[in-house]
Amino acid sequence: MTPHVLTRSLDRASTVFILVVAAIGVLVPLSNLLLPAGSMLQVPTYLVALFGKYACYAILALAIDLIWGYCGILSLGHGAFFALGGYAMGMYLMRQIGSRGVYGNPILPDFMVFLNYPKLPWYWYGFDMFWFAALMVLVVPGLLAFCFGWLAFRSRVTGVYLSIITQAMTYALLLAFFRNDFGFGGNNGLTDFKDILGFNVQADGTRCALFALSCLAVIATFVICRAVVTSKLGKVLIAVRDAESRTRFLGYRVETYKLFVFTLSACMAGVAGALYVPQVGIINPGEFAPGNSIEAVIWVAVGGRGTLVGAALGAVVVNYAKTVFTSGPLAPYWLFMLGALFILVTLLLPKGIIGTFNAWWEPYKAKRLSDAAESAAREDGISEPNVAE
Amino acid sequence: MVANVFGRLRALALSVFLIAAFALPAFAGPFEDAVAKFANDEFSDTEEAIGAVATSGNPLAFPIISALGEDRLSADPDTKKVFITQTDGKIIDAATGAAVDKLPDNAASVRLNNRLRRTVEAALGGLTLLSPDPAKRVAAAQSVFKTHDETMLPVIDGALAKETNKAAKLAFTEARAAILLYKSDATDAEKLEAIATVKARGDQEAMALLTGLGSDQPPAIASAAANATAAIQRTLALWSGVQNAWYGLSLGSVLLLAAIGLAITFGVMGIINMAHGEMVMLGAYTTFVVQEVIRTRYPALFDYSLLIAVPLAFLVAGAIGVVIERSIIRFLYGRPLETLLATWGLSLVLQQAVRTAFGPTNREVGNPSWMSGAFELGQITITYNRLWILCFTLAVFAILLAMLRYTALGLEMRAVTQNRRMAASMGIATSRVDALTFGLGSGIAGIAGVALSQIDNVSPNLGQSYIIDSFMVVVFGGVGNLWGTLVGAFTLGIANKFLEPVAGAVLGKIAILVLIILFIQKRPRGLFALKGRAVEA
Repeated sequence: MTPHVLTRSLDRASTVFILVVAAIGVLVPLSNLLLPAGSMLQVPTYLVALFGKYACYAILALAIDLIWGYCGILSLGHGAFFALGGYAMGMYLMRQIGSRGVYGNPILPDFMVFLNYPKLPWYWYGFDMFWFAALMVLVVPGLLAFCFGWLAFRSRVTGVYLSIITQAMTYALLLAFFRNDFGFGGNNGLTDFKDILGFNVQADGTRCALFALSCLAVIATFVICRAVVTSKLGKVLIAVRDAESRTRFLGYRVETYKLFVFTLSACMAGVAGALYVPQVGIINPGEFAPGNSIEAVIWVAVGGRGTLVGAALGAVVVNYAKTVFTSGPLAPYWLFMLGALFILVTLLLPKGIIGTFNAWWEPYKAKRLSDAAESAAREDGISEPNVAE
Repeated sequence: MVANVFGRLRALALSVFLIAAFALPAFAGPFEDAVAKFANDEFSDTEEAIGAVATSGNPLAFPIISALGEDRLSADPDTKKVFITQTDGKIIDAATGAAVDKLPDNAASVRLNNRLRRTVEAALGGLTLLSPDPAKRVAAAQSVFKTHDETMLPVIDGALAKETNKAAKLAFTEARAAILLYKSDATDAEKLEAIATVKARGDQEAMALLTGLGSDQPPAIASAAANATAAIQRTLALWSGVQNAWYGLSLGSVLLLAAIGLAITFGVMGIINMAHGEMVMLGAYTTFVVQEVIRTRYPALFDYSLLIAVPLAFLVAGAIGVVIERSIIRFLYGRPLETLLATWGLSLVLQQAVRTAFGPTNREVGNPSWMSGAFELGQITITYNRLWILCFTLAVFAILLAMLRYTALGLEMRAVTQNRRMAASMGIATSRVDALTFGLGSGIAGIAGVALSQIDNVSPNLGQSYIIDSFMVVVFGGVGNLWGTLVGAFTLGIANKFLEPVAGAVLGKIAILVLIILFIQKRPRGLFALKGRAVEA
């Protein structure tokens, strides 16, 4: 990535966002590790894990915003890519347990001993090596998205049809992963992890490192998304979103653009899932539930579709609200809240928080810029291009 | 009476040798003696008693043995009196049939071990062979057919000789054939005839009987048995095909019922209503409420509860549908993705509202008497509720088609969906038609809920389990075409049921989903695609 791409893709808001995430990613672990427990400013470990979870959700939201906000593909199956990445990481973590499991089998995970597997299924080979698992975190969701997208986009399944089919895809995977003989632990999923790369997953230091890594991943995902959407490719994507047929008639291979961005987005979702699993300590087929994927879409809608920063913000805000509501006496009302959020955001706040803020801020900013330009022009006689849209 | 007097004399003679003679009942006879043996609490005595009672021909024999089998027979070890606690709680003396107020304090129930339990079952089988009720005779003959117990042959022969009922006669003949087939000293001619009888029966039991025959048979019999087995296998394969087809039709009717409302809202209007499943759920809860009111206020009307619930469910779900259209969906026309999200949120709210109002657990909705039970058609069992649902679905479908075709509202609906602006120019109030169309789709979903409450659990999650399937049906069948929905629903239902025995229930479902995804590659607009300008709109 050349500096030119960076300067082009990162405007001031993006830089602020990256700096904020980086600051959180550094300060929270430092506070947790260096300050004495119980101190006012010390972030307890459970909060570090919780924030880590939000960071993973933010990556997932960024992935969805990339395809929905910039290419008009509403995927109701991104939870499946997230869960597949999670399972790839979970398989690595399962293999790391080794003979410390309940049954003490050095090769087979506990559930396989319990279900009388004679030997390790072939698709579990290689997951004892971290690099292989890390590769699979990208390859498995990417490959599924590629095949799925290739079939869907080529035959021009678009709009709502695509949404419903992606939902059917995650539903089919949900059913498959619930089966015991599918080889992924059935409805219990994968859990009881011990080590990641030799570090105890429960230890404060590991949790802080995972949190910092998640923040880094948020930044990396954000930069990649920005680089994509500000490039020429990104302009084509926006054209596809706004007028797909016209873009096709102008000579662009719409399917190829869509397929690229859909696969990229699925890989990002896979990374989010892979970071999520060691911090949460479990992955089970429930992650494939169609409801999860739709919920992730609403994070993007709340934050602001097509703004990237908004997607990440929406993920954190909605999930923070969920944590607050579901843990307190208001728990029975959380679904009312979530449902109302879906309705109210689509009806009253179609641009989301950031979009609405921008709509309110842009005229002001434009005026300020043009004032500045005018005064500059008065000073040295050059006029600046108008930045306002 | 003569027998009783005679028996009394014998009992008197016996009593000389009995220390506890005074404890014997006054009307002691062989039957009474046998009954008294139950009180000895010895397994060997109990076994003798079972044999004696079963062969006594006394009308109390059946109640005694069945009470013994169900742990309702108790005995007083001191007085040697034996009592039956009837299923309604009343107590009678086992020897005389006289009513008794209460059990003596030291009465204990007569114990059984596993061997005795088998004896009890066999004795019951023999007893019911002579039962006055033909249905019980048939059932008893069937159990003899399965066990082919040689000792039953005389009883069967006797019963067969005086049997007049056609079904019972056939059952006895089959039971007799089964016994002869396994009887070592039966002649080859008898065995061949038996094989023919068993072959004519042609079901799973007959198959098991023939394959269990063993290899040490004379060649003529072995080849006849092999032929018969092959013939039965063909019949069975045919019937299992018929059964799968019936299950498929039944599943298809459920899918159609759930999807038919969606075919209106999604197929005709193009609205993605993710809360469609919740309309179904509301219909099911309407049925529950109707039944609760009937149970507490007018129990006599219970059989009519569904007839009352159908229009009510239509009104409740339809009214809620109109409200949803007016308050949410009309602001989102032309923005299908947003509609999808908003209605999903709505479905969460409705589910949680029902969960708050009725609790998260399953509520019980009863079957009216005309919907419970089943009948046999050849070798398949058809339950009345499935049959009624199939008929009901087809009726709803026909009414809906007729409504769209022949009523003014139907005409307006078609006009608005085909060309909104032209329809508006012709003086049709399009927004009113939108609301009514959406209400109609929702109301039909409510009706579907009434039917589904009869075969599924009525819980707040009821609708969610149907929503993906319903969308699949509509997408597969082709949007905007009710006939496509009909064909789509039955195709998916039957395909699912034929895949299930091969791949298992879950894998079958996954396979169907994958097949639909692949099918949409081939025909993105479904089986029956609309042609013309409406497609591009």
